Amino acid sequence: MHSFGYRANALLTFAITILAIMCAMASVSDNFNSLSPTSEVQVWNINWFRKKPDGDDEVSLTLNISANLESLFTWNTKQVFVFLAAEYGTPKNALNQVSLWDGIIPSKEHAKFSFHTTNKYRFIDQGSNLRGKNFNLTLHWHVMPKTGKMFADKIVMSGYRMLEAYR
Amino acid sequence: MGLIGEQIDSIKSLNFRQVLTQAVSLGMIVTSALIIWKGLMCVTGSESPVVVVLSGSMEPGFKRGDILFLHMSKDPIRAGEIVVFNVDGREIPIVHRVIKVHEREDTGEVDVLTKGDNNFGDDRLLYAQGQLWLQRHHIMGRAVGFLPYVGWVTIIMTEKPIIKYILIGALGLLVITSKE
Repeated sequence: MHSFGYRANALLTFAITILAIMCAMASVSDNFNSLSPTSEVQVWNINWFRKKPDGDDEVSLTLNISANLESLFTWNTKQVFVFLAAEYGTPKNALNQVSLWDGIIPSKEHAKFSFHTTNKYRFIDQGSNLRGKNFNLTLHWHVMPKTGKMFADKIVMSGYRMLEAYR
Repeated sequence: MGLIGEQIDSIKSLNFRQVLTQAVSLGMIVTSALIIWKGLMCVTGSESPVVVVLSGSMEPGFKRGDILFLHMSKDPIRAGEIVVFNVDGREIPIVHRVIKVHEREDTGEVDVLTKGDNNFGDDRLLYAQGQLWLQRHHIMGRAVGFLPYVGWVTIIMTEKPIIKYILIGALGLLVITSKE
C-alpha cells in the first residue's frame, strides 16, 4: 500500500483530475464576461459586377470595415476569428452566406480596427440573382479559448443593395 | 535484479482462480471504457465525439496535437462553424471552417464550402474529383470545445506503433502481477 508504484499512481491520477477541473473552471469563467462589441461596414465601391460564362453572377467590392471587439477578450482567450459574410435569399436558395473577408485577432490590443479591403474571397452567386438584390453584411466572430468551450456570435448590418445592372 | 526476481516469483505462484479474476477485472475495465465511448457517441450525436487535430491548417487556433469535442445537432450548418468532415475516398477526417453556405429553399439541402484558417485557398482541392461543395451527409460534427496538447498521446501511438505495443505489454504485465 505504500510502495512507489501505488504512490506514483495516486499522484498522477490526482494531478490529472486537478488539471481537468482547472480547465473546466477556466472555461466556465468565460460565461461571466459581458459582451459589447460594435462594428460598422460601408461598401466603399463596387469594382465590377458581371455574369460569368457559366451563368453565375460575380461581384468585386471594396469595403470599409471598422469594429471594436475588445470586450470579447478574457484571460482565457487565445484568439478571436472574425469574418464578414454577405447574406441574402434567392428564389432557389432560402439562405446564402458568402464570406467576403476574414481575419484573426491575436490579442486585445489588435481588437479595435478600421481599414479598407477588397473582398478576400470571391462573391459568387449560385445563379444570376444579384442584380438589385438587397443583402445584409454580417460580422461574425468566433472566440477561441486557451481551453474549453468556444463562443460565436454576430452583428447583422442590413440595408445594402447591389447595382441594378452589370458593370 | 531483486524486482525481476519478485515478478517471476509472483507469476509462478498464480493459481487458476486468480488468473480468472484478473481476466474478469481487465474485461470490466475495457468494457466500461467502451460504454463511455458509445455513450458519448449517443450524447453528442456524432460518430466520433472526440478528434485529434493532425495538421497545421487551422493554426494558430488549433495546433497539431489538440483535441476537439464535437457535437452534431439538427441545426442548419451556418458560415463560421468549425466542422469535421470526411471526403469520399479519404479516411482521415478534416477539421476546417465553413466559409460559404447555400441552402435550398425547397429541400433544405445545403451546399457548403470550407477552408482552413491557415490555408491560402479553399478546400476544393481536397474534395473528391469534380466535387465543388460539401453536403450535410459529409459532415460528422461541429467543434464546440477543445483541449490543448492532450492529443499528442494518440499521434505518437499512431506514428510510432512500437510505443503502443510497449504500453499495452507493460499494462498487461502490471495487471497480471498485481495482487488484487
